[in-house]
This record gives sequence, C-alpha cells and structure tokens, in this order.
Amino acid sequence: MRITIRLFGRLHDLAGATELVRELAGAATVATAWTVLAEEFPAIAPYARSVSAAVNADFAKMTTPLADGDEVAFLPPVSGG
Amino acid sequence: MAELIRLVSGDEPGEPPAGHGAIVTFIGTVRGENQGRKVVRLEYEAYEPLALRAFGVIADEVRNRWPSARVAFHHRTGSLALGEASVMVVAASPHRAEAFSACRYVIERVKQIAPVWKREFFEGGDVWIEGAAADASDEASSEEAYRRACE
Repeated sequence: MRITIRLFGRLHDLAGATELVRELAGAATVATAWTVLAEEFPAIAPYARSVSAAVNADFAKMTTPLADGDEVAFLPPVSGG
Repeated sequence: MAELIRLVSGDEPGEPPAGHGAIVTFIGTVRGENQGRKVVRLEYEAYEPLALRAFGVIADEVRNRWPSARVAFHHRTGSLALGEASVMVVAASPHRAEAFSACRYVIERVKQIAPVWKREFFEGGDVWIEGAAADASDEASSEEAYRRACE
C-alpha cells in the first residue's frame, strides 16, 4: 500500500522533509510506518517513546491499521500556548 | 478577542441577550525570556485539521464538566514577535467560578493535546520547544487539567 507520511516540529527538521510517500508491504499499522521511517532517518529514532500519531487527521495509536492512501502524521511532543 | 466574546455570548441581533453573569478571558503572549534565554520571536506550526479536531474534543469535555459554560478559543500560527498574542480563550457562564475554571481548563488542555509546536528563536540560536506527548484519550492528563482548573 502507498501512504503519505507527514512530519511536524523537530521531526521534519531531522528528516529533512515535511511530507513523504512510502510503500508499505502487507498488513501495516502506524508502528510499521514509524519503523520504516526510523530506519531511513535514524535521527528520529529517539522519538519512539514520545511520538504520537494521527491517521487521516484523527488521533491514532501505534496499533491503528493502515489502508492504501492513508495519511499518517507523526507528532513530536506538543508545545502550543 | 471581540469575535470570541461574541461567540460565547450567543446573542443574536434582535433577540434579547442571554445575560451570562460572567465572562473570563485569557490571552497567552510571547514572553521575552525562557529558561534563561533572551527570546527574539516564536514561530508556531500546527497540523490544522487535527488541531480543529482536538479543539472539538476540548469543547466536548468542557460541556461535560461545566454544562452551563460556553467557551471559544483560537491559536495563532506563524511568526510572532515579543508581546504578541499567541492563544486566546473566552469562557462565559452564569457565575464566575465556572467561567474561571472552564477558561483555565481550555488552556491547560490546549497545551496538552493540540498539535501545535513552537520554535523559539533566541539570541544565539533556535530550538523547538517540546512539552506533552499529545494523547487526547489519556484520562490522567484531562484529570490533571481539571485539577488545575479548580485550584
């Protein structure tokens, strides 16, 4: 399946991109997408414990399944206000 | 801010005013100092569709916790200079206690779950500020916000 990955805050600085399109094989979850990304950009790997995620602009968990065409966003700890 | 006050007042032209007894406002502004650094400006980034969803979650929580309160809030994005407003919250209710609490609750929850990030430009560099891991379904953090709101 083909998914779009969106990165915010320091994550897009570390990866050097705000939006990426990647192919995932088989039954993928948000965690699959994170693993693929962290292998490609090892600098983001330390965020594994603090990152949160959204699928198609709704809050999601690492276990949320993905479908072809989904938009997955990875969010570093937030700092609004 | 006037627009937010109009939203919480719920008053329609030609109709009698709802007559809320209290309106509390909060304006967060860009502070010139942070952790010993001299701040020059802030840049805010947001994931807008998810931020609107998070704001909806917060508004629903307020409705459950303070049924008589009405809230409206707004967060700016982009580059903001010292002293500029970054976030505004307005809460209206028949009595002041609920309005103060609902207003405080909204800003605490915005800081906890809204997908908004600030990059601080200070004298000598810049840094992304990172606070809470955003988890809208975490009840412990919503209880913490409620506790602060009722202090």
